[in-house]
Amino acid sequence: MNRFRPGGVWGFILRRLLLGIAVLILVSILVFLATQALPGDPARAILGRSATPASLAALRRQLHLDRPVIDQYLTWVTGLLHGSLGRSLAAQEPVTTLLSPRLVNSSVLVALAALVSIPLSIAIGAWAALKRENAFDTMSTNLLLVLAALPEFVVAVVLVLLFATTVLNVLPAISTVPPGSRPWNNWTALVLPTATLVIAVAPYVARIMRASMIEVLESDYVEMARLKGLPERTVLVRHALPNALGPVFQVIALNLAYLAGGIIVIEYVFNYAGIGSAMQEAVINHDLPVVQALAMLIAAVYVILNLLADVATILVTPRLRTRL
Amino acid sequence: MSQVTGVAVPGAEMALPPVRGTSLLRRSLRLWRTRIGVTLVGFIVLVAIVGPYFAPYGPSTPVGVPNSGPSGKAVLGTDYLGQDVLSRLLYGGRSILVMAVIATAIGLITGAAIGLVAAYSRNALDDTLMRGMDVIMALPQIMLALVAVAIVGPHAWVIVAAIALTTAPRIARVARGAAQPIVERDFIACSEAMGVPRWRIISGEVLPNTLGPLMVEASLRLTYSIGVIAALAFLGLSTNPNGANWGTMIQENQLVLAIQPWGAAAPIIAIALLTMGTGLIGDGIARTAAGIDRAQAAE
Repeated sequence: MNRFRPGGVWGFILRRLLLGIAVLILVSILVFLATQALPGDPARAILGRSATPASLAALRRQLHLDRPVIDQYLTWVTGLLHGSLGRSLAAQEPVTTLLSPRLVNSSVLVALAALVSIPLSIAIGAWAALKRENAFDTMSTNLLLVLAALPEFVVAVVLVLLFATTVLNVLPAISTVPPGSRPWNNWTALVLPTATLVIAVAPYVARIMRASMIEVLESDYVEMARLKGLPERTVLVRHALPNALGPVFQVIALNLAYLAGGIIVIEYVFNYAGIGSAMQEAVINHDLPVVQALAMLIAAVYVILNLLADVATILVTPRLRTRL
Repeated sequence: MSQVTGVAVPGAEMALPPVRGTSLLRRSLRLWRTRIGVTLVGFIVLVAIVGPYFAPYGPSTPVGVPNSGPSGKAVLGTDYLGQDVLSRLLYGGRSILVMAVIATAIGLITGAAIGLVAAYSRNALDDTLMRGMDVIMALPQIMLALVAVAIVGPHAWVIVAAIALTTAPRIARVARGAAQPIVERDFIACSEAMGVPRWRIISGEVLPNTLGPLMVEASLRLTYSIGVIAALAFLGLSTNPNGANWGTMIQENQLVLAIQPWGAAAPIIAIALLTMGTGLIGDGIARTAAGIDRAQAAE
């Protein structure tokens, strides 16, 4: 750890913020180069082989492909910063109009999954650590190991098989959100997508919580607290839990960021109108402005969540605060 | 250890490092979870590789009424086009497996090289390399693969390259973390003083000491690679849109789950057994490696 630099918590936050911005600038270059400046003609990729020269030229002008690469990049980034993401080629409307309702839908889904999975997995992990090596610990550890290995679309289709078709037919198999309506208007449709996301995230968080809690329970300061004669409850709630949560925040952030990618597949399974299924449609339709906007959006979510996790870890872990 | 790499005989320097890797695997086989994992993976790999020779029909041969249930003619029933589900299952694993293994191997080799060089350099190169890795990691794997496929098209090499590119930074991070304490040790300084070339210190001295964490991460990454490649096919982006592919099969038959569940359930079971197997093997290696490291610390 060579973090003995001046500035305290605010200096640390500022450094992380600058680093995050630098990463986003590099990501924007990467996304831009990948989608617009790659060898091959994006206009032809979009319109297909049967395109006429006239329509190709028109599309090139619309995408600003006739100008120097640096120019194109600056125009695109300036647009991004002003919230103007271009026009969707497939839907023929501004990308922001297309994506904002879907962004709300996806946020509802991810927030719901986070609300369920974070307390649940922390509780499972902490409980398994407290009851180490007993039946609950062995069972939950092995079950989580197996669940963690399953790809999320496999989990999703298995849930549909179990709860929406053959075994029990109690929940809808697809979760369409009609335009104009809100996802919470039809909450039964949210159950299976949320459950899939929870199963995709909870194993990792529970696993790291268990490991972290075991380490803390074996530490000197917990033993000290016990020897002082503090009630076990106080030892756990005031001394063990806060220190054990530190590493867990990192994993939660990583997993929420992972969800930003995971929703692509899960929303597709359930036909849920969010940014994930928008990404799938945009890729199938070669809708490059939408692909670019979503790539930047998901990368920004990742960077922000990581930043929040770093700050939260520092604030919640008493022994790291003094090291700044 | 250091005198081993001092010898110029190629076989001699190879003699020591691989023992630790294979012995780690052998020791991990004492755990039941590893044995179960190896059995599952072995079974699915066998099905995927020799399956096509045992398939009763071709992968695209219509054999009966669409969506009919299991019968004597079609053991697992027929799919939405009336093709034999069992035959498609036997044909459909090979491409996923081959692509996942190649992509993970490329990601493992480049990622380990980047991570080890970064840890060994201990200077600005370290920062530059790892910040570069951060940039790639800011894009979720499936997202980068989707962008690549959207631009270049659903070719096998595009998918393999995208998976390898997104696997490398995650491996690099683990390799660097594992190598950092090693490069500070005396035997590294000793080799440097003896004038052993840098690449040989990295490959002969640092690499063998990071094999444990690397193997654990590699098995985890293989699990993810299988998942992402199957998911791409599931999203309608396989290399062959009408080909037999477990991901494609799940997508095609998902809508008729209520009528003929086997069309989607069979490939789902295959993918689930495979990724559970690689997950169990990874966990077995992780537990064994942790045990070995603990024993060494106690010595």
